[in-house]
Amino acid sequence: MKTIKSPADLRNFKEEILAKMYGSGSAMKGKVRIRVHSGTSGLASGAKEILDFIVLELEKRNIDAVVIKTGDLGYSFAEPTIEVTRPDEEPVVFGNVDKLKADEIIEKYIKNGEYIDGILPVNYKTII
Amino acid sequence: MVCGGTGCRDLESEAILESLKLEVEANALENDIQVVRTGCFGLCSLGPIVKIMPDDVVYFKVKHGDAREIVEEHVIKGKKVERLLLKDPVNNKSLVSSAEMNGFKKQLRIVLRNCGVIDPENIEESIAHNGYEALGKVLTEMTPDDTIKVIKDSGLRGRGGGGFPTGIKWEIARKNKADQKYVVCNADEGDPGAFMDRSVLEGDPHAVLEAMAICGYCIEADKGLIYIRAEYPLAVARLKTAISQAREYGLLGKNIMGTGFSFDIEIRYGAGAFVCGEETALIHSMEGLRGEPTVKPPFPAEAGFRGKPTNVNNVETFACVSPIILKGADWFAGIGTARSKGTKVFALAGKINNVGLIEVPMGTTLRDVIFEIGGGIRNGKKFKAAQTGGPSGGCLTEKHLDTPIDFDNLIAAGSMMGSGGLIVMDEDDCMVSVAKFFLDFTVEESCGKCSPCRIGNKRLHELLDHITKGKGTLADLDRLRNMSLVIKDTSLCGLGQSSPNPVLSTLDNFRDEYVAHVTAKKCPAGKCRDLMEYFIIAENCVGCTACARVCPVNAITGQRKEPHVINPSICIKCGACKEKCKFDAIIVQ
Repeated sequence: MKTIKSPADLRNFKEEILAKMYGSGSAMKGKVRIRVHSGTSGLASGAKEILDFIVLELEKRNIDAVVIKTGDLGYSFAEPTIEVTRPDEEPVVFGNVDKLKADEIIEKYIKNGEYIDGILPVNYKTII
Repeated sequence: MVCGGTGCRDLESEAILESLKLEVEANALENDIQVVRTGCFGLCSLGPIVKIMPDDVVYFKVKHGDAREIVEEHVIKGKKVERLLLKDPVNNKSLVSSAEMNGFKKQLRIVLRNCGVIDPENIEESIAHNGYEALGKVLTEMTPDDTIKVIKDSGLRGRGGGGFPTGIKWEIARKNKADQKYVVCNADEGDPGAFMDRSVLEGDPHAVLEAMAICGYCIEADKGLIYIRAEYPLAVARLKTAISQAREYGLLGKNIMGTGFSFDIEIRYGAGAFVCGEETALIHSMEGLRGEPTVKPPFPAEAGFRGKPTNVNNVETFACVSPIILKGADWFAGIGTARSKGTKVFALAGKINNVGLIEVPMGTTLRDVIFEIGGGIRNGKKFKAAQTGGPSGGCLTEKHLDTPIDFDNLIAAGSMMGSGGLIVMDEDDCMVSVAKFFLDFTVEESCGKCSPCRIGNKRLHELLDHITKGKGTLADLDRLRNMSLVIKDTSLCGLGQSSPNPVLSTLDNFRDEYVAHVTAKKCPAGKCRDLMEYFIIAENCVGCTACARVCPVNAITGQRKEPHVINPSICIKCGACKEKCKFDAIIVQ
């Protein structure tokens, strides 16, 4: 835990976090990131099950990845959705993920970068 | 990647997918090239869309005959198929990558910037995405007056429904001197079908906390309250986590970031009453009183929570604040239309393919929202109307499709922005029933304090009920209009002042349908059960007795192998016979 004492302190802390998350020396950098969109829409469609499944399967299959639980992306028509970011690649969002699909995503996309059916194109711009 | 969204699929994107697969196999490339189906690109009018990765090249309006050229030219020779690329309308240059196509994307995410991106239960992720940076900037580099000026210049207007300029609201609250003031976040999202506030609180709670602290600094309040409905347990849980983490890091509480400014936030729960979205009713509910509105003035900015000056803003409004501070008023004012700035989140619901949350700049047309981003109407049906503003708004019809959506245009069209629920209706929806549905809701939610709303809406509902049952007369239509206008003029708060809107706007836009209900006693959309009649076409009926056997009330009689008849006085119009008939002999009129 850290207490932020000034706005400058906040900026330094931000750099610190960014370095930890994305910096060249960080252990996180080379890992696949998986975001499971777990807002109410996602959870209602089974996002929690998918999250647990992915965490368990990654461990079983010895894949070192970061799984992050986030809010919903707004794609309610395709929930549950997950986003996979392979190191140094653009994130890819998959929709209507069930366990079968999650398995396919792990085996094909996460392991080998092979695209599979069910990718949701990014149809928005963002300010970040 | 071939778009498999409904819009593109109607244009045979499946055939393109198959042809591409065949071409890939014909060239023995199946080990190197995968052909996959994707979701909607949100550019349906330019579909079907084919994207080639990793080259990041996008082709538009592809036909399945183009598959060979795409594979042979692009995939094998590495040459782009020029004629299928999108042309820049300005200089006619071909746009290749999806990055260059950014200008064509209809959505811009400001409010939803972090939703689905950060872990809402980890403040560090929020900080990594510029969380609390705006608060730091305001506290050290700007005076409250500077900050209010930036918000005023940005043109930000309240996203909860009314569209009151946020900067002016803050300024009034600042000018009223008191020993204690409050900042309230209205998270009592009550519009049926709208859930953007919930998504923001679940996906990016820190954005709201930060903006509330900024508001507190501007109006000199040290206490913030979030009024949220208890039906949002996940949002409540994430808010609680966010508040306690912010306190731990010294970003809320006493002496924030060592600047001497103190601000803390508490959560207050609502029981989910629609009227409590009205600011005076909301404040009463927070004080532990009945959630009833009172006459304004005094406005909450003068005498609000516990009689102290209180500034109430909606979740989405607060979520716009930090980007405005960081990127400047001009940036925000550069987005949107003349009098409505920035973006608006809409919750698409109803008979639309891509149900969900979208965020578009103000001034985007309804056509773009429904037919591009929304992926069009479900099952290829015809668009009939879209209800904005929920039960307080009105419907927009085909003639409004190309109207830029902003606060003023919606009011001119007889609707309102509301909190941004957008319910799409197709040709199968009966507009009288739609108006009745929304009145059902307002009658239920009326607090009962003032008579126009309590009694008037009930009477309106009765009239509509009569009409849908075929008991209405033409005079009832005038009665509906007159009563609606009186309720609007005389009700105490926003709920009653806007509850007749669905009636008025459907009367204006779909008078034919009302007339058909009262004169011909017919429901053109075939929705009103009491106006329907089931018939057996004697020529088509083979006398199989399937319908008679399935009828729960024995309304169908007839000899075997002879045409059957339905007795309308017994028939309950359940439709079971029609479903069972294999010979299309049963019709509804």
